[in-house]
Amino acid sequence: MSHCHGCNVQIDIPEGARRIVLAGNPNSGKSVFFNALTGMYVDVSNYPGTTLEISSGRFQGDAVIDTPGVYGISSFNDEEKVARDVILAADVIVNVVNAVYLERDLFLTQQIIDTGVPVIVALNMIDEAERQGLKINYELLSKLLGVPVVPTVAVKKQGLDLLKQKIFEATPGNSDPELQKEIDKLINRSGSRSEALLILEGDIAIAERHGLEPINLRETIYLNRRQRVNQIIEQVVTDVSTRSIFANTLNRLMLKPITGIPILLVALYAMYQLIGVFVAGDVVGLTEETIMQGYFEPVVRGFIGGLINPDTALGTILIGEFGLLTMTFTYTFGLLLPLVAGFYLFLSIFEDSGYLPRIATLADRVLTSIGLNGRAIIPLILGLGCVTMATITTRLLGSEREKRIAIFLLGLVIPCSAQLGVIAGMLAAVGPEYVALYALVILGVLVAVGTSMNNIMRGKSSDLLIDLPPLRLPRVRNVLTKTGVKSYQFIKEAFPLFALGALIISLFQVTGVLVFLQNSLAPLTNSWLGLPKETATAFIMGIVRRDFGAAGLADMALDPMQVVVSLVTITLFVPCIASILVIFKERSKKEGAVMWLSTWVISFLVGGTVAQLANLIGTGTPLQVLVVGLAFWGLIFILLIAFKLLKRQNNATVNEANAKGVA
Amino acid sequence: MVSLENVKRGQSFKVENITSDSIRAQAIRFGISEGEFLVCEEVIPGGPIVVKKNRQLIALGRDLAREIKVSL
Repeated sequence: MSHCHGCNVQIDIPEGARRIVLAGNPNSGKSVFFNALTGMYVDVSNYPGTTLEISSGRFQGDAVIDTPGVYGISSFNDEEKVARDVILAADVIVNVVNAVYLERDLFLTQQIIDTGVPVIVALNMIDEAERQGLKINYELLSKLLGVPVVPTVAVKKQGLDLLKQKIFEATPGNSDPELQKEIDKLINRSGSRSEALLILEGDIAIAERHGLEPINLRETIYLNRRQRVNQIIEQVVTDVSTRSIFANTLNRLMLKPITGIPILLVALYAMYQLIGVFVAGDVVGLTEETIMQGYFEPVVRGFIGGLINPDTALGTILIGEFGLLTMTFTYTFGLLLPLVAGFYLFLSIFEDSGYLPRIATLADRVLTSIGLNGRAIIPLILGLGCVTMATITTRLLGSEREKRIAIFLLGLVIPCSAQLGVIAGMLAAVGPEYVALYALVILGVLVAVGTSMNNIMRGKSSDLLIDLPPLRLPRVRNVLTKTGVKSYQFIKEAFPLFALGALIISLFQVTGVLVFLQNSLAPLTNSWLGLPKETATAFIMGIVRRDFGAAGLADMALDPMQVVVSLVTITLFVPCIASILVIFKERSKKEGAVMWLSTWVISFLVGGTVAQLANLIGTGTPLQVLVVGLAFWGLIFILLIAFKLLKRQNNATVNEANAKGVA
Repeated sequence: MVSLENVKRGQSFKVENITSDSIRAQAIRFGISEGEFLVCEEVIPGGPIVVKKNRQLIALGRDLAREIKVSL
């Protein structure tokens, strides 16, 4: 696999091998084809935009390259740029088309055909099209497009063998003669027909590569292409539909706020019951306490203890309190793995059923007020599983400012499944008014930070424009495979970093740095947060992972208000080492560092503010506790109004300066 | 002509004009081009408009819908 940021896609191709490129719209089923051709597993889901990295593999000695799902090739976003560059370098294109959405998908097909590259079309999901009452004359489709068309049902492996046999019968298809004339005029300067086409369509990046000005015929070309596709559809598709009333009704209920919000709450409650209660309680009790701490750790300690004195520095590092061979394994396999697997099971069901894009639509209104659009609900929900993985998926957001806002919110306010488990356990012991206070404060910070970033940062966030795939019953095998693969990937990525964290903490411990840090943090924890001095240890542990820190808090004797203050602080505390490394990679080292330091400031600022408000107002009755929460929101409103005024003033100054410039 | 954000659920309409260049290009790919007939499937109050074209459901953000002019 190779990562792509600058989008000059580099994939090693053996000499003489052809490049077979899989291309198609989001959610058309490309990943299953990749799987079938190469025998390698990539993610299969019912959510547009899941292939964010380029996968490549082999098919009979030739290279197979997967591309992100796109609606067309040009430069509207990163996915398109990646897809465009891979498609331009292709020898053969297998264009996967969703038979249910021919009208949408054939636009890309026709665009690829217009580039002059040999194409074979896999007409996928014909079973679903038939179920929806669509009859497609694929022989005629093949004739009109001028390329071979193979009907398939990829998830059931139908038609895949035929496709494999016919793959090299791919030919350049029928294009608009007028368009081809324009391409002919440009071909001497652009080098290839495909690049000439993109230059005609106004693709700035491609034009620059050849030192040419882009020619803006995009509008005309697109409209002609749309017409051509519509005419093809009219000839090949007959609609004899009897519509699924149930799916339609459910779709409507999920989208309408009055029913959609309760449905979402029920779904989230089910998720909480499964992950927060069953997995975090019963399963982790078995895996962490009984298996890992009961059997695994004593065996390891006994074995290593026989070779090395446990009281030496090396002994402490290997099998001590934060032991590399004890704690790392217990936390990764005993605590994290069950939580993460439980979460991905749920998420796979959400994805495969087509529910996620509907949540995105429902949440759009709320998210636009914090500078995001509905699509951002995906990384935010994923963050409840693992912030690190969620940070990577922010790539599907439309603009730099959205990515920045989403990544910072993930690092700051979203607790991951492991942390959430510990927090839920601690809050359950202190009473509902304190739970409400905790929720009010965290939600307040989410709104305040999102709104402020939206106000301060220049530019405009992109608007929601997504298609809602048909609702379908998830396939059990697909869901289980995906859960397994994602959990494995998570552990593979988290384990080494976790070991590194344990090593650092142990080194601090044996060198005495840990005690030194505890003492120097004490004034802050004691007088500002109103917590016992020992909580400093938990925060130091929290630098490695916040859930680790939260677990440290769970062992201390705290009164209810101290529980809320410490949990608020640890929730907002620095993202774990794995997350911050990914943030460094996704953004820049400088931006990552600013984010990391900001979470320190914000977490202690907010924790302290809540502690001081509680001192001022008192916490004798449940009502007083709620007043603390409301007072916190009052402060947030004052902050937001101040920001708005500041922005207005800034704009006024800018406008004045512009006016002077014009004069 | 009205803006798409003012269309009510169940109404069918014709797309007349899309003001922004980049939105127009992206919308064409989804099959929403000037002159097309669509049906409004759902309006989320203050939020996106969901339109239907044949079998396809597309959700458009409120600001985006404002830039699309339609006739009923």
